[in-house]
Amino acid sequence: MLEKAIKGSKLYWGWICLLLVGIGIGFLAYTVQMKEGLSITGMSRDVSWGFYIAQFTFLVGVAASAVMMVIPKYLHHYQPFARILILGEFLAIAAVSMCLLFIIVDLGQPQRMLNIIFHATPHSILFWDMIVLNGYLFLNILIGWVTLEAEHKGVEPPKWIKPFIYLSIPWAVSIHTVTAFLYCGLPGRHFWLTAILAPRFLASAFASGPAFLILLSYVVKIFAKWDPGKEAIQSLAKIVAYATIINLFFIALEVFTALYSNIPGHTIHLKFLFSGLPGYSTYVPWMWVAILAGLAGFFILLFPENRKSDNVLAIGCLLVFMSCWIDKGLCFLIGGFTPSPLEEVTKYVPTKLELLISFGVYCAGFLILTILYKVAVGVKKEVAGEID
Amino acid sequence: MKSNRRQFLATLGITALGWSLFPNLLKAAEATSGHSLKGKRWAMVIDTKKLTVEIMEKCIRACNKAHNIPHIPDKKEVKWIWIETFHHLFPGQMGDKTHVSEYPEKKSLCLCNHCENPPCVRVCPTKATFQREDGIVMMDFHRCIGCRYCMAACPFGSRSFNFYDPRKFLKEENPNFPTRTKGVVEKCLFCYERIDEGKKPYCVEAAEGAIYFGDLNDPHSEVRKVLAERYAITRKPELGTFPCVYYLI
Ligand code: SF4
Ligand code: SF4
Repeated sequence: MLEKAIKGSKLYWGWICLLLVGIGIGFLAYTVQMKEGLSITGMSRDVSWGFYIAQFTFLVGVAASAVMMVIPKYLHHYQPFARILILGEFLAIAAVSMCLLFIIVDLGQPQRMLNIIFHATPHSILFWDMIVLNGYLFLNILIGWVTLEAEHKGVEPPKWIKPFIYLSIPWAVSIHTVTAFLYCGLPGRHFWLTAILAPRFLASAFASGPAFLILLSYVVKIFAKWDPGKEAIQSLAKIVAYATIINLFFIALEVFTALYSNIPGHTIHLKFLFSGLPGYSTYVPWMWVAILAGLAGFFILLFPENRKSDNVLAIGCLLVFMSCWIDKGLCFLIGGFTPSPLEEVTKYVPTKLELLISFGVYCAGFLILTILYKVAVGVKKEVAGEID
Repeated sequence: MKSNRRQFLATLGITALGWSLFPNLLKAAEATSGHSLKGKRWAMVIDTKKLTVEIMEKCIRACNKAHNIPHIPDKKEVKWIWIETFHHLFPGQMGDKTHVSEYPEKKSLCLCNHCENPPCVRVCPTKATFQREDGIVMMDFHRCIGCRYCMAACPFGSRSFNFYDPRKFLKEENPNFPTRTKGVVEKCLFCYERIDEGKKPYCVEAAEGAIYFGDLNDPHSEVRKVLAERYAITRKPELGTFPCVYYLI
């Protein structure tokens, strides 16, 4: 099947080259980081994680969202998802790959990375995160490839794959739960110390992931001339709408609990995000955009006639995706570190090099995604008797 | 011997299982009893009344020099022991600044608490941060992968990361103590190298009697005596980490 990835149009190859250039740029920036250390980032003693780990957190959600198609398809035999499912699974592969890359670029001593395995430490949540992420990557590669291969040959997928598919459902939930545990088990970080964190992460994952998948479906439709199916997209849009409002509801719960109890350690992070601390309000507009974009996206997607119009649906999904990205891929992490446990306010803004490295990682993710999608769509078209 | 080993293995098995599944539950159960009473438990008692800025600076200089701590002039700095206001040391415990103006602004020394129940050790994925039998929370600079999870987990801001190559910021080097590379975390190690020689930490020596040091489990130790006589507080006791650095008020 892989041969489908090397037979493509000029446009396809142009895009691949573009991504390779992006990866190259990111890699060059990374060599600077290797030489100079993480001093080239905007991070500091007080804000000791930054853009990389925030992207990691966000992308875990995108990866986990494939489960929103696996459950209807395999537990409820909802057939419209049969066509699009492979796109969800392959998106998960690309997203988890980016997660792992973001962790690696964040390490101070990446060459010692395997110490996590050599000196395995089960009481560290990071150890479990490594296990569940790699496991999820493996599961999706296995399931995606085996089912696609069966389709290619025109046979039913082998029976032995079923248990893996069922396993992938709780596994998807686990990757985001464990990622939430990374944060919510830390004493003295009040912004993160909340039992609702894992459900909140899952809600925003099930909003942002399917929203992104809908947008990708349009891209596939336009450039690869293959339609994942109208009904599937419509169902995904409903999922996005409900997940978005649940996510916003969870954020509102956090805000109420902190503000009404009025405990300083809890309110101060929200103050930082929503109204700013003296001399530091960089993230206030971002946070408000996230909330308003989420609300707008929800109201757009709530109405069936909006969901049926391609353009409006795309705008709604874009708004939701943006909202989740800002909330989880930026503000959540920085808000937790500001102010520090000593109540000191240290500014954090990612540097250009930091952004370039992140850009490189995203390009690598998109390269994986493009190649996998090319193969998937190629197979689907061949089976349907269409010429590529 | 044999039963000892069997017992040890059994405890190991059970704790490995329990720890991996319910680290906090298990720890919380232990924590209700406070400090463990077995073996040595090194503790520091800082007399905030006796400490002056000059003495504090002397302590800091002694530590920095002995431990090859680089002087980095920005927020990516490395510090093991430093001066901090009460307001920052004990956030939320100093009352409002309007009516109580003096205490929040008073200064004292800030360093790793060598918590009895250290979250930094709990989260470290490589055991590069670990706890010795005598309670000292140690760092293995050669094992640390620089994930900085421990920095997120320490509720006292005690840890520094080597964003830069620290050797570039060292004016003189003490050959008897390791320098670090970029990309690893470090913090105060309670002068383990001196304790192992039966000496007291550098800062204690430089403090002209304003800092006491000793075994908390020994009822005749100096620290126990002074803690019995005077009122002392620890930082953020509500978090259950059980700091071993006390502040006499
Ligand atoms: S003060 Fe921080 S670094 Fe020191 S032992 Fe406690 S948690 Fe760990
Ligand atoms: S930075 Fe080093 S010491 Fe800290 S948690 Fe990671 S591996 Fe452990």
